Amino acid sequence: MFAATLRLATPIVYGSLGGLFSERAGIVNIGLEGMMLTGAFAGVAVSQFSGFAWLGVLAAVAAGGLLGLLHGVITVKFAGNQVVSGTGINIFALGFTAYMSQVLWGSRGASEGYVPGLPPISIPLLQDVPILGDIISGHTPLVYLMVVITVLSYVILFKTPLGLRIRAVGERPEAADTAGINVFKTKYLCLIISGMLAGVGGSFLSLGHLNLFALGMTGGRGFIALAAMILGKWMPFGAFGASVLFGFADALQMRLQSLGILPPQIILAIPYILTIAVLAGVVGKAIPPSNYKPYVKE
Amino acid sequence: MQNLSERLGTLVRLLRGLLLRLLADLRGALPKMLPQVVAILLAFLVGAVVLAVTGYSPLDAYGAMLFGAFGDASGLGQTFTQATPIIFTALAFLFAYKCGLFNIGAEGQFLVGAFAAALVGISFGGLPAFVHIPLSLLGGVVAGAFWGFVPAILKARLGTHEVITTMMLSYVALYVTGYFVNYPFKEPGGWTAQTVVISPSAELPRILEPTQLSASIFVALLLAGLTYYTLQRTTIGYEIRAIGLNPSAAEAGGISVGKGIILALVISGAMAGLGGAGEVLGVHRRFIEGFSPGYGWDGLAVALVGGLNPVGILLASVLFGALRSGGMTMTRVSHVPLDIATILQALVILFVAAPKLVQYLMKRGRSKR
Amino acid sequence: MRAIRKKFVDVVANDKIDFTVEKGEIHGLLGENGAGKTVLMNILYGLYRADEGKILIDGKEAEIDGPNAAIKLGIGMVHQHFMVVPSLTVAENIVLGNEPTRNKVLLDTKKIMKDVKEFCDRYKLEVDLKAPIHVLPVGVQQRVEILKALYRGANILILDEPTSVLTPQEAQELFKAIRALREQGKTVIFISHKLNEVMAVCDRITVLRKGKVVGTVKASETNVNELATMMVGREVSFTFKKTRPATKKTVLRVEDLKAFDDRNLPAIKGVSFEVHAYEILGVAGVEGNGQTELVETLTGLRRVATGKISLLDMDVTRAPPHERIEQGASCVPEDRHKRGLIMEFSVMENIILGSHDRPPFAKNLVRLDIDEASNYAEKLIQEFSIKTPSKDAPAQHLSGGTQQRVVLAREFSRNPKLIIACQPTRGLDVGATEYVRSKLVDMRNNGCAVLLISADLDEIWALSDRIAVIYEGRIVAVKDPEKTSESELGLLMAGAKSE
Repeated sequence: MFAATLRLATPIVYGSLGGLFSERAGIVNIGLEGMMLTGAFAGVAVSQFSGFAWLGVLAAVAAGGLLGLLHGVITVKFAGNQVVSGTGINIFALGFTAYMSQVLWGSRGASEGYVPGLPPISIPLLQDVPILGDIISGHTPLVYLMVVITVLSYVILFKTPLGLRIRAVGERPEAADTAGINVFKTKYLCLIISGMLAGVGGSFLSLGHLNLFALGMTGGRGFIALAAMILGKWMPFGAFGASVLFGFADALQMRLQSLGILPPQIILAIPYILTIAVLAGVVGKAIPPSNYKPYVKE
Repeated sequence: MQNLSERLGTLVRLLRGLLLRLLADLRGALPKMLPQVVAILLAFLVGAVVLAVTGYSPLDAYGAMLFGAFGDASGLGQTFTQATPIIFTALAFLFAYKCGLFNIGAEGQFLVGAFAAALVGISFGGLPAFVHIPLSLLGGVVAGAFWGFVPAILKARLGTHEVITTMMLSYVALYVTGYFVNYPFKEPGGWTAQTVVISPSAELPRILEPTQLSASIFVALLLAGLTYYTLQRTTIGYEIRAIGLNPSAAEAGGISVGKGIILALVISGAMAGLGGAGEVLGVHRRFIEGFSPGYGWDGLAVALVGGLNPVGILLASVLFGALRSGGMTMTRVSHVPLDIATILQALVILFVAAPKLVQYLMKRGRSKR
Repeated sequence: MRAIRKKFVDVVANDKIDFTVEKGEIHGLLGENGAGKTVLMNILYGLYRADEGKILIDGKEAEIDGPNAAIKLGIGMVHQHFMVVPSLTVAENIVLGNEPTRNKVLLDTKKIMKDVKEFCDRYKLEVDLKAPIHVLPVGVQQRVEILKALYRGANILILDEPTSVLTPQEAQELFKAIRALREQGKTVIFISHKLNEVMAVCDRITVLRKGKVVGTVKASETNVNELATMMVGREVSFTFKKTRPATKKTVLRVEDLKAFDDRNLPAIKGVSFEVHAYEILGVAGVEGNGQTELVETLTGLRRVATGKISLLDMDVTRAPPHERIEQGASCVPEDRHKRGLIMEFSVMENIILGSHDRPPFAKNLVRLDIDEASNYAEKLIQEFSIKTPSKDAPAQHLSGGTQQRVVLAREFSRNPKLIIACQPTRGLDVGATEYVRSKLVDMRNNGCAVLLISADLDEIWALSDRIAVIYEGRIVAVKDPEKTSESELGLLMAGAKSE
């Protein structure tokens, strides 16, 4: 079950890191859900079409990045409302993926046919370690990648000039502007990164385990990722930890289902109730680092 | 003691005064709605591109949609039937929005309201209609209000972001009602996940046979008027708007921000719940799993497209109702996937979300001439 | 800068301004609030773009399309409202935008510290480099701002109202630093509306009024009165007649009040005072010494830790704002954008705020009586000469002075027993300032108790019957104006002496 935890946490980790980059630059990314979903779809579609799973992942990255850019254009260039834009992207993703799957596979929201997936890899020495080996080894590469990206996120945000500028842009855009930093470009960059990360997370959902696409398969994970980000106090390692927690809840829910103690619907509701409970519990300590007002120059 | 004719006269004068004021406000509001109209047109344009690229003829598709929605009495009836629940959820979003809150869980509040109304409608079989109907509607209101209360109190007391909590509760509502309708309250002997029919005394009458259009639309219209009145002409509305625009100044002016937030979200949930109740009592007469094709989301789009005022919402609801009813015809006739309607909806939201975009395009259009 | 013109919406902020600064001089840019000084300098720094005109640096025409361009030309600016990123350290703030790196990717923390320390030593500005900015006092933050500009290689340094957040003593320190900069060959442009300071530190002074240049003079060849006339264009009266002396009747009593600020640090550390009817108690102090928190506790917007607040012998320590308004407390807040007005609401809607849920505006507690509200609004617009196209105009369309009139109209027409006025003339021009002050005195003469909290010592001096000084959350002295002096108050404000 712990292996399942890592697996189930993966899309949430990517999502929460994506949300993190966006929010650190001062933009709320409610559209993570939609970016993930589109990523999931793009991954499956391109993977099937090309025969290479990794190409699918790349496509997911591109799709997510594009949606991130869209969110950026609306909220930054046109000073649109961030929540509305994000929600619009979510609805668009739902409709678009359902529509396109009908077009491609003739069935509304479910892929047909063989889809090359990402192969699991076993880490040579680690896999022989009792208990721990089973948990850690044998996952698809994206799971390992998520650890790398988490560390990378921390390094970028706190150890590089770029990260410094991102944080400045998010906290006090006027100060960054006066210091000569291009506020708009920085925000765009972060949103594109945000979308790309969400896309990867989405592609893992579809390619990493099930090798198919199903209507609305992200099931609210984009929002759970946001909750994980908040719980993790907008820090990469915190978000990672929080996501693992949610992954655990998900794994628990699946195990409960297979045990058949409670009716499936109630069990399915658990992760969502947990998210609410967790958010409520983070009271007061959850002060976002950024100022979310759109930055307007004269 | 005034006699009847005198009282009637005052009533007529009052109504006329209200109507004139409404029309005056409307005339003021319409030109402001130009950006929304442009946004709609742009959305349809992009939608046409999507259709064309995937091998369908936009003209055929839109034509079928138009005919399906407005071409004949049954289509028209279907359009208004589809518009009705959307009016409720749009008003719900609007009301919360005026208080600075994003209630994106209208879908969930709608569902629980629907289920509660179904329950009340099924039980209490022996009541006269004029008691049973309001009682069932009340059930929906209470359920929706409760579904709005949870995120409300979390926000007011703990500052928890209502976007995530309302969204999560939507899923919870989906699963909880799903559970109830699949197990304890499932109609015995059938395969479909639905409850038994409500008793006839709880049914909202149909007003345009043989379409499904029910008296629920009157409730919706009444609610729209009530919303307008509450927001503009009562102290509660004043306080809610004040909180939405500037909570600091509102607080300094003696307004209790916490109470206002709770009230706004509870009323918002209640409205959505009422909409769900109306659907069950008027159209389906029972609770069926998955009966809502996403009315909550339509409501969000409609509230935005309608320029966040009750009149615009009514107009935009008809538009989206047309999308749904016309969409069904369109799928039947030209085999375009129904989801194009969702795509159009999303495009409208995106274009409306960026008012400056539309302004920018309008300016460019003007300068080109 | 030649013939600079900059138009904002329908207000011409800079009207064909010719402005010349010589190398190595300290040049003062003097004018009222709203005269256009900041706008002009923002153009020079690239934050705004002029509609017409050109800028010449060292005789060569310069295109300044953003701060980066200005920085490259050696122009640095320290704004009135600090542009620091709160959570970053001092060192990080200084190098922002120009960060030294190791292998081009990672931040070179060691080099940052070394470089910045070198700078501090060179310019004799002492700062703790590792501290996150938000814990440092304001005077130090300003020093960081100056260091930041110098670090980027500024030769022309623009200081926008730098003393607005300093005590008189800290201001002297700043002047010393500015003169040191001049010795180093730097050019300083000193924006201010304070005559005495400009006379004290500048070589030459240019006066702006309503967007136009009135004239440029050498400090040595002019005096304060001449400058004042240039600034304002007419004689301004600053004395107000007080009718009867203060009574013994205590309207507001504060006993050993303690409260915390937003970061849970003690902000008010045991404050006690009284305000009587027919009296203005002026509380002098540099901003950031607990005034904001004090006002918030008095108006019910902040929780009191311990202590007691009584309004006319009624305990209102834990009463919500609503109740205090009902008991006769009114407040003119320091930030009319945040606490004072709802900018998107109309003038009428703003005027009834606070009384909106009581008769005569609320019939049967639910329905708003629009007609009553309209009449009331019209009456007040007349009475207070509020310059608005109509009572339905949104507040954000009004000028700053007019907005303040709306706040005054609302708060004073409730016939309050106590008025709390916090920085009431901040950001207003002389005419509006005169009006606000005269109205405060009127209310006092009608029996009101007025608590005036201001960082403007002249204001405190002109209006108060008694003067208290607040420093680091404590009242360090209460003085009779006739028995003290500005310099003594200045010392108290800086925490020097204590009773």
